[in-house]
Amino acid sequence: MASDRIFGLVMLITAVAYIAAATQIQTNFFSGEFLPKLFPLMIGGVAALCSLSIMFKPDPDPDWPAARTWGAMAVAVAVLAVYAVMLTPLGFIFPTMIAAGVLSYQISPRVGPAVLSGIGLSLGLFVLFKYALGLGNIVAYRIPTAAKLWDAFAILIPFVGGH
Amino acid sequence: MDIFANLALGFSVALSPYTLFLAVCGCFLGTIIGALPGLGPSNGVAILIPITFTLGLDATSALVLMTAVYYGAMYGGRISSILLNIPGDEPALMTTLDGYPMAKAGRAGDALVLSGVASFVGALLATIGLMLLAPTLARVAFYFGPAEYFALYLLAFCTLGGMASNNQAKAALAACIGLGIAMIGVDSSSGLPRLTGGNLHLFDGIDFLVAIVGLFAIAEVFFFIESHGKGSSIGVKLEKVTIPWKDIMATKWTMLRASGVGFIAGILPGAGASLGSFLAYMTEKSVAGPKGGFGTGAAKGIAAPEAGNNSAAGGALVPMLTLGVPGSGTTAVLLALLMTLNITPGPTLFTERADVVWGLIASLLIANIVLLLMNVPMVKIFVKILSVPAWVLLPGVTMISFVGIYSLSGSYFDLLLMIGFGVLGYFLRKLDVPTVPVILGILLGGNMEDALRRAMTLSDGDVMYLFSSPIAIGFWIAAIAGFVAPMFLRGLLKKPEGHKD
Repeated sequence: MASDRIFGLVMLITAVAYIAAATQIQTNFFSGEFLPKLFPLMIGGVAALCSLSIMFKPDPDPDWPAARTWGAMAVAVAVLAVYAVMLTPLGFIFPTMIAAGVLSYQISPRVGPAVLSGIGLSLGLFVLFKYALGLGNIVAYRIPTAAKLWDAFAILIPFVGGH
Repeated sequence: MDIFANLALGFSVALSPYTLFLAVCGCFLGTIIGALPGLGPSNGVAILIPITFTLGLDATSALVLMTAVYYGAMYGGRISSILLNIPGDEPALMTTLDGYPMAKAGRAGDALVLSGVASFVGALLATIGLMLLAPTLARVAFYFGPAEYFALYLLAFCTLGGMASNNQAKAALAACIGLGIAMIGVDSSSGLPRLTGGNLHLFDGIDFLVAIVGLFAIAEVFFFIESHGKGSSIGVKLEKVTIPWKDIMATKWTMLRASGVGFIAGILPGAGASLGSFLAYMTEKSVAGPKGGFGTGAAKGIAAPEAGNNSAAGGALVPMLTLGVPGSGTTAVLLALLMTLNITPGPTLFTERADVVWGLIASLLIANIVLLLMNVPMVKIFVKILSVPAWVLLPGVTMISFVGIYSLSGSYFDLLLMIGFGVLGYFLRKLDVPTVPVILGILLGGNMEDALRRAMTLSDGDVMYLFSSPIAIGFWIAAIAGFVAPMFLRGLLKKPEGHKD
C-alpha cells in the first residue's frame, strides 16, 4: 500500500515537472508554435492521471529486501559507477578485475570464488574481446596520471566534475 | 510463384559460408542464453547488439546472427524448465508444468527431445506463415496514413500494457515513461533541444540500447544480489538421450494445433510468445479433457507450449517487419537492432530491401534446422553449461554489457545512464510495473509523435482527422478493447503457478 502511494506521488511530481518543462520548449518558425509541445504535454497528462490512479488504488506492498541487502545493492551501484568512469583512464583489465570480484561477492559472499571470478573474468573477457572479436581499441590498458584519475573520479561528485 | 522467387533470392543471400557460420554461432549462443535462468532472450539479444555493431557486420549478417540468437533462445528456455523447474525465460513457464514432472519420472531425455521437436514444428510452421502473410500485410499497410499509424502505435501500447501487468494504470504509466524519455533531444523540425535541461550529453537523445541493457541486464544483477544467487537449485539428472518416436507421433496433431494458436497470438501486437505458449497449453488441456493427465508429465503438455511458444516467436516477427510494431519484448529489441542498422521496418521494407527481408526469412529456416540438429544430439552440452554458478555468470554478463555500451560512444555518460536505468528497472519490476512498455515507448516514441504531427499538419489542427478512416477507427476500438478487456478477463486468464515441491 505505502509503496504504491509513495511511487504514485513521486511519479506525479515527475509528471507535473515534465509538463512544466514541456510548456517551456523553445519553438521557431519551422516547427510552428504548438506542435513540438503537443505530444510531450499529452504524455505528461496521461502519466499524471496514471500516477493519481496508483496513489488512490494502490496494490499490496512487494517484499522489500532487508537492510543488509540494500547495503549490498548500494555497494554494487557505487562500484559500477566508479567502474564506468575509470574505464577510460585505467583501461579494461584492472577495473574489471575489481568490479567483477566485488559484484561476485555481493551475489555470493565467499572470498575465494569472488577473487577467482574477478581475475578469470577480466583476463578471459580481455582475450575474448581483443583476440576473438578484434575490439582491442576498446579494451586497451593504460597507465594513467594522478590528475587524470582525479578528473575521472570527479565526474561522480555533483557540481565538481563532469564535462 | 512470387514466394519461390523471393525465397531463392533469400537463400542466395543466406547460404554463403560466412552467414551459415554466423547462423550456427547464433543458434549456439541463443540456446545458452535461453537456457540460463536470469538471462532471457530480451536481455541476451540486447547485450549482443552493441557488440555486433562494433564488429562492423553488414545488415544481413547482423540480422542473421541476431535472429538465430532469438530463435535459439526460444529453444533454450525449455532446458532449465524441464531439468530445474525454473523457466529459462518467461515463455518457457508453461513447459515446467509437464516437463518437470516427466523429468522427475526418469524421462528427462525424452522430455528434452520431444520439446525440441515441438519447438522445431512450431518455428517451422510460423516461418512459413510469416512468408505467406507478411507480404500481404505489407501491401495493406501501404494505405496507412499518419492517422492510422498513430492509432496503430496506440493499439500496440494498449494490448501490450493490458497483457503485461495486473494494473492497467501501471502499464500505461510505463508506456508514458518510455515515450517521455523518447522526447528528450534535439527536435527534428525546429532544430532546438527539448527537455534536455541544458545537458549537452542529452542533445542526441537517450540511446535505446543504453535503456534496454540497463533495464534488462543491469536490473537482473540487483535481483540476483537480493536472492543471493539462490535459484540454482539441484535439478534432475540427465541419463541417456534417445528419440521417443512414440511420443512424437502421438503428439503430432497437438503440435500442429498449438502452432496455429501460437502463431495468431504472436501476430497480435504486444502479445508475444508468453501468451502463445499459454493459450496453446490451455487449448490442448481442454481438448484432452481431464483424462489427458495434464500437469503430471503428459507428452502433449510438453509439446503444446513449446510448439506454441516458438510459433508465436515467428508470428511476432510479422507486425515487427511489416508495420514496425513489435509483438513482444524480444522483437522490440530486434526492432532496436534494425534501427541501429538504419533499416526502417514497414511496408516499404519488402520492396526496397527485399534482400534483407528474404535473407532473414531464409536464415530463419536454416537456423531452425541447425537448432534441431544441435538440440537433439548435443543437448548434454547445454545441460553442462546450466551448471555455471550465478556468481560468475552475472558479473560476466554485466562486464560484457559495459563493454558493449562503452563501444557505442566511448562515453562514461552512457554507462552512468545505463546504471541509472538498471536501478529504475529494479524498482519498476519490484512495484509490478512492466518494463517492456518502457522499451517500446523509447523505441516508438519518435515515430508516434511524427505520425501525430503529420496528422495535425495535414488536417490543419483538426483532432477529428485522427478518427477519419474506418481502419483508424477500427484500431481505436481495438486499442480501447485491448486495454479494458484484461480487467474483466483477469480472473479467467490467471496464469497457473508452477509446481512447488
